[in-house]
Amino acid sequence: MSLLLAESFAERSARDRARALLDAQSFRELLDPFQRIASPYLEAQGVVPQSDDGTVVARGTIGGVRACVVATDGRFLGGSIGEIGGAKIAGALELARRDAERGTPTRLVLALDTGGIRLQEANLAILTVSEICDGIVALRELMPVVALIAGRVGVYGGLSLSTALCSQIIVSEGARVGLNGPDVVETESGIDEMDSSDRPLIWRVTGGQLRFRQGFATELVSDDVAVIRAAVERAFEEPRELGPLVPQPFPDPRLERDAFLRAMEIEP
Amino acid sequence: MIETLTYEFPANEGVRQRAHVGVVASGNCEILLEPAVDGRSAIVVRTSVSGFGGTWQAVLARFFARNPVAVQIEINDFGATPAVVSLRLEQALESAR
Repeated sequence: MSLLLAESFAERSARDRARALLDAQSFRELLDPFQRIASPYLEAQGVVPQSDDGTVVARGTIGGVRACVVATDGRFLGGSIGEIGGAKIAGALELARRDAERGTPTRLVLALDTGGIRLQEANLAILTVSEICDGIVALRELMPVVALIAGRVGVYGGLSLSTALCSQIIVSEGARVGLNGPDVVETESGIDEMDSSDRPLIWRVTGGQLRFRQGFATELVSDDVAVIRAAVERAFEEPRELGPLVPQPFPDPRLERDAFLRAMEIEP
Repeated sequence: MIETLTYEFPANEGVRQRAHVGVVASGNCEILLEPAVDGRSAIVVRTSVSGFGGTWQAVLARFFARNPVAVQIEINDFGATPAVVSLRLEQALESAR
């Protein structure tokens, strides 16, 4: 589809992403910003909190079936998961499991866009990630658990572990999936290992396309609301198996540079 | 360090519903706007950039001079410029009317 005709998913806020995934007019937010359940730890550390703690939980329907979308906002503190945001996600998973056990399944979509746990709330945040992982493992026994990684940040850190536990993993070409982010790798292992300002390199080693080819995702989508909606619905109706892990050659920037120079008829 | 500022303005117009706009991200701010019951507006600003109380006063005074709406406003600011704050206030009001 033409870029001009596509309606971007990544450019939307977390709330609008949840609205876009749910059937029209069915969006109903739980613990909305006016409930003011923000992080109580940030202000003491000199960081301005956000009234929804960067995590949106919304009920509605997907394909006419009861659904719940959890969306994190990559713009607020890198989409980091603190105690409140983590508890919202873990709570949604718990309620979805109860619904499935009662025979009234709720389709749960984790639309994650996060750099991982929030360092200002480190221990509590790590605890919620373990609760989230528990919740995903319990729910995937009963029904597909869908992770949608289609934001500007992607998924890094603790939440990349949770993502890997989901039974259906949809990634976009613009998203990234990795454990340690590029800045962390550069700081810990040096600029020879990873130059965090080299955006093409970052996408070549952690980008959505590569992750799909490696077998870490069940579906690759473009940044288009209609395409993503269809992929999410399909993930529940015709869930896919993850393929075998396929090693991909690690791109060596020097070899690529040499090949480019040779193509330009310059001896490297 | 975070600075918390409070302001009050006389107001007489009502709004239909509450509104939430914006995001706490670099150069941006989040605004929660709710209808107020008494004929005045109360604003609480939490900002990561201290020392700009006079600028906030001027931006809010201009907004309420044009729109004397009785509302409670809470702003979580992450270094938004006066222009961005003014646009976010207008956006919140448009959603609430």
